[in-house]
Amino acid sequence: MVDPTAKDRWDPGVQSYASMGYYAPDYQPKDTDILAVFRVTPQPGVDPIEAAAAVAGESSTATWTVVWTDRLTANSHYQAKCYRVDEVPGRPGEYFAYVAYDIDLFEEGSIANLTSSIIGNVFGFKPLSALRLEDMRIPVAYVKTFQGPPHGIVMEREFLNKFGRPLLGATVKPKLGLSARNYGRVIYEACRGGLDFTKDDENINSQPFMRWRDRFLFGMEGVNKAMADTGEIKGHYLNVTAATLEEMYERAEFAKELGSAVVMIDLTIGFTAMQSMSHWARRSGVLLHLHRAGHSTYTRQKTHGVSFRVLAKWCRLIGVDHLHAGTVVGKLEGDPATTKGYYDTLRDDFIPTTPSNGIFFDQNWASMPGVMPVASGGIHAGQMHQLLDLFGDDVVLQFGGGTIGHPLGIAAGAESNRVALEAVVKARNEGRDLLREGPAVLRRAAENCRPLEVALATWGDVTFDYTSTDAPDAVPTVSL
Amino acid sequence: MRLRHGAFSYLPELTDEEISAQVRYALLNGWPISIEYTDDPHPRNIYWEMWGLPLFDLDEPDGALAEINACRATFPDHYIRVLAYDASLGRQTTALHFLVQRPAQEPGFLLTRTEGQDRRQSYAVHSYSTANARPENGARS
Repeated sequence: MVDPTAKDRWDPGVQSYASMGYYAPDYQPKDTDILAVFRVTPQPGVDPIEAAAAVAGESSTATWTVVWTDRLTANSHYQAKCYRVDEVPGRPGEYFAYVAYDIDLFEEGSIANLTSSIIGNVFGFKPLSALRLEDMRIPVAYVKTFQGPPHGIVMEREFLNKFGRPLLGATVKPKLGLSARNYGRVIYEACRGGLDFTKDDENINSQPFMRWRDRFLFGMEGVNKAMADTGEIKGHYLNVTAATLEEMYERAEFAKELGSAVVMIDLTIGFTAMQSMSHWARRSGVLLHLHRAGHSTYTRQKTHGVSFRVLAKWCRLIGVDHLHAGTVVGKLEGDPATTKGYYDTLRDDFIPTTPSNGIFFDQNWASMPGVMPVASGGIHAGQMHQLLDLFGDDVVLQFGGGTIGHPLGIAAGAESNRVALEAVVKARNEGRDLLREGPAVLRRAAENCRPLEVALATWGDVTFDYTSTDAPDAVPTVSL
Repeated sequence: MRLRHGAFSYLPELTDEEISAQVRYALLNGWPISIEYTDDPHPRNIYWEMWGLPLFDLDEPDGALAEINACRATFPDHYIRVLAYDASLGRQTTALHFLVQRPAQEPGFLLTRTEGQDRRQSYAVHSYSTANARPENGARS
């Protein structure tokens, strides 16, 4: 550790970040510290320790040169400290840098503030060719400054009166161009056929072909009619994303007045707006669905950006009830182990360090309610046993094309998904091996359900089998 | 209409053997079983009548099936559901529920619309079964 009383520490000019105290290999992180692990790729010739120290420095107190005004503060308290640097297994030139931040660096209950510190400046820092925030440990002391999901998994199930199985949804397709009347028809057919939810897509806001108010009115007609047809609670995620927070409040209030169980926002509205909408949703008793629109611009590449597991933690703190977290088997990016790490992060109360799932730290949520993960994108009824095996019960499985593209119609598509789901849940509970017997269970269920038979014939063989971009870099350790 | 309620309402009616298998799954998870019945399956009717207290100390599904059958015998024309309850920290809620009996005739629901301003509709779902309601043990309000 650098001695802050040493005289040359304060000599004017440029000093190495490591020598200024931002590298502290002997530092023992406190229970209240916020911890981060970055994947650092230094420019050629840059010492990895110095690069890691620079990350700690630039994400906390440092600037490029010594400033005498640091001496007016308890400087070492406010300095982030890189306390560990490891080579990334199998990835020459990349290093995992562990950085500890004192809790005093952050405003209580503000993800905007947390992210402005941790990812504010440092990702453009020239001595690094790339930088990725891999994981964070949010200490309980900081967790407790947030209220988290407005409802959470347990409250959502009690509100919807649905237990013991994943929930089912579908995104209305085509995403763009349907009139409000036609759009409401899709909602009605999908809900009456057996889905629990339908969903606006991320880019359905209020365009010339369908204004938001008209969509809300026709959508709620579909939802209510389907409730009367089936005797089940139904919901349509009314996307209230708009250009200003005031407009979002107006749309959300209207959705509430119409009795909608749920509204939806896009990640593109920003962290502060998300948190405002979270508070609105808690006040209003309306579930809040978050579509992670745009996240892949910074979550997907392994060497630069922010891992989705970090974004998932921020979203749980901000407080959303639903968050898209990947399908593994569908059309969008998702390595199985990495995706399990996301689901655990959203749902569990304590997540132990699990390098093979990309989890670098123990995370204790201190009873903060869980977020219901949503699996959406290129999945179909023929994969139902795999989806249940991967994700268990607390997930919304969303089949957009797999419902609306059904050859016998939308309601038949919905029914085929519901029957497939119930059949595999029942079989799992009976103790059957889903991965081995799943296809047989589905075929058996299809004998009583023509729509499922048609769905299996149409999509049974469709897979999206591509190599994942983002898989954990961990050396499996032998457990004794 | 056919009421959709619980985890298996899109499958053929469960046989007693299949019910026992689900009860066994619940017991293996440490979830006590309870039985509830109603003649008002309105989607917002949360509190069906309890057929006694939850069966906290059951080891085998047979005991649950005996209670289900007793409930069926008493209320042959009601909806009956089985619930499994997870009392573990962080859940403390129902873990699974499913129907084990429906009435021979399922009257379904009426959707009413009340015209409001600005093209708004107020919707209400009514159980046809309660249109000429007879109080049931005085318990339903």
